[in-house]
Amino acid sequence: MSSVWVIVGYGFREAVRRKMFAVVIVLTVAFLFLFWLANHYVFKDLSTITPPRDVNVDTRTFAGAFLVGLSMFATLFLGVVLAVFLTLGTVTGDAERGLLQPLVARPIGRSTLLVARFLGAGSVCTAYVLTVYFAGLLITGLTGHWWPDQVAWPGVELAGGVLVVIALSLLGSVVLSSTANGIAIFMLFGAGLVAGLLGSIGHALNSHTIKHASAVASWALPFEALYQDGLRMITEHASGLTGFLLQLGPFGGAYVHGWGIRLWAVVYVLIVGAIALVSFARRDL
Amino acid sequence: MPDALVVRNLAKRYGSVQALKGVDLEVGEGELVGLLGPNGAGKSTLVKIAVGLVRPTAGEATVAGARAGSRAARAELGYLAEMFRFPGWYTADEVLELHQRLSGSRGGAAERKRLLELVAHADASDRRVDGMSKGMQQRLGVAQSLVGEPRLLMLDEPTSALDPVGRRTVRLLLEELRGRGVSVLLNSHLLSEVELVCDRVAILLGGELVAVGSPHDLSRPRGVELETDEGIHRVDGATREDAPRLVAEAVAAGRQVYGVSVLTSTLEDVYLEAVGGETS
Repeated sequence: MSSVWVIVGYGFREAVRRKMFAVVIVLTVAFLFLFWLANHYVFKDLSTITPPRDVNVDTRTFAGAFLVGLSMFATLFLGVVLAVFLTLGTVTGDAERGLLQPLVARPIGRSTLLVARFLGAGSVCTAYVLTVYFAGLLITGLTGHWWPDQVAWPGVELAGGVLVVIALSLLGSVVLSSTANGIAIFMLFGAGLVAGLLGSIGHALNSHTIKHASAVASWALPFEALYQDGLRMITEHASGLTGFLLQLGPFGGAYVHGWGIRLWAVVYVLIVGAIALVSFARRDL
Repeated sequence: MPDALVVRNLAKRYGSVQALKGVDLEVGEGELVGLLGPNGAGKSTLVKIAVGLVRPTAGEATVAGARAGSRAARAELGYLAEMFRFPGWYTADEVLELHQRLSGSRGGAAERKRLLELVAHADASDRRVDGMSKGMQQRLGVAQSLVGEPRLLMLDEPTSALDPVGRRTVRLLLEELRGRGVSVLLNSHLLSEVELVCDRVAILLGGELVAVGSPHDLSRPRGVELETDEGIHRVDGATREDAPRLVAEAVAAGRQVYGVSVLTSTLEDVYLEAVGGETS
């Protein structure tokens, strides 16, 4: 078990020394500042905002939910960027650079190494996502005096979504070069977002086929479903209807949600992780 | 006690390329074996299989009796890869500490200091890897391979980036290790180096072992050379045993003999003969 923590520490120091954190912190501070500006002006001009007629909520809730939805989207995006850059070269990239062989030759086991890299990247990204998520909530709460119905759980689901991306990125790193893996994961991430939009379009057009395609994509890429489920919960008590979330445009649409998708996300990470471990065990370095 | 390394009928195929074709080799306790061969002969593949980085297609390899690649096998060996890097943001001391922790070594700071001294790198303890020359990194790589006092050392081109002084340091180190009973498989293109330090030499060509033996056993008589008042006279095919007779004959013939040399083939001659001048 101590080998796991050695590798976790190795990955953590790698992130710190490569100035990944410095870049991410600068970008995050910039985002939070812009987000505060958006909150400031939206709530200052609240009287000029009119929710759609079929949305049965007050203006403050409408604006607050929309802004927190925006914050969650940005948090997921930044978390995914951090996750991908922490893991995209874990196996093939490090092997090509000659960094991996001295570690694998030690009696720690390839599975230990990969699990440790998952735990390292996962703990860093979870801490990051929760920090940014709660910072966004605080900004909206303190600026606009509006708080979501569920405070903690949407953040947990966002972090869960990023853990799914980490698992996919580690699997990709076993079989793809760093560049190819980075492109593949960002395209999967984009595909997940498109699937969410597709669901919104499907509901707007009342197209069963499009809604079904969106649902299938959400199960295939559960990080998107977790994000949508988190979004759904920020106004869970205010409306209780997906109809309200439809009005949130690209940030909404929890068409696949609940414990089913949450449990599936856990199983999904385990399956992807198992495939990554088997592939890594069979890979020549 | 089992041999440090035993390789039996080892084969490896990469797609359509047969890198190893049934190789048999042993490295005994405290033995220093040199692995020679042109580029693409399968040397690095053999080493990587023994370390557990590559899976064999057929055959088996054991390290100290344990299957190559198993934790037990990896616990017994130290490895310096041909193409390796350490994280640039680590200092030399931190690199060694990381490998101490991964190998379970309890040597602590004393071991790290001793290893850096062994590779003449003692003053670089706090220097970051990205500030080191390639040669300094290679010295650090050799020190890293010695962490945890391995029973078998697998060195893949350990002196390729070293200057003559660095090569001499590593050569002396290898001799010291042999004195301590550490087994070494040395993969190198530097024939003179291998000839100087290795107990045995194995020459690979096209994935097959074409010669195995001590440098002395592999070398062959190439004649006797007499330096007389008439100049240098070489007798091809003559051996050391023929030297007294040849000297006596020359003296009887009225020649002044100033010197006599028994000629044997060098490892380079043996190598070139074995590989047929092949370079890749």
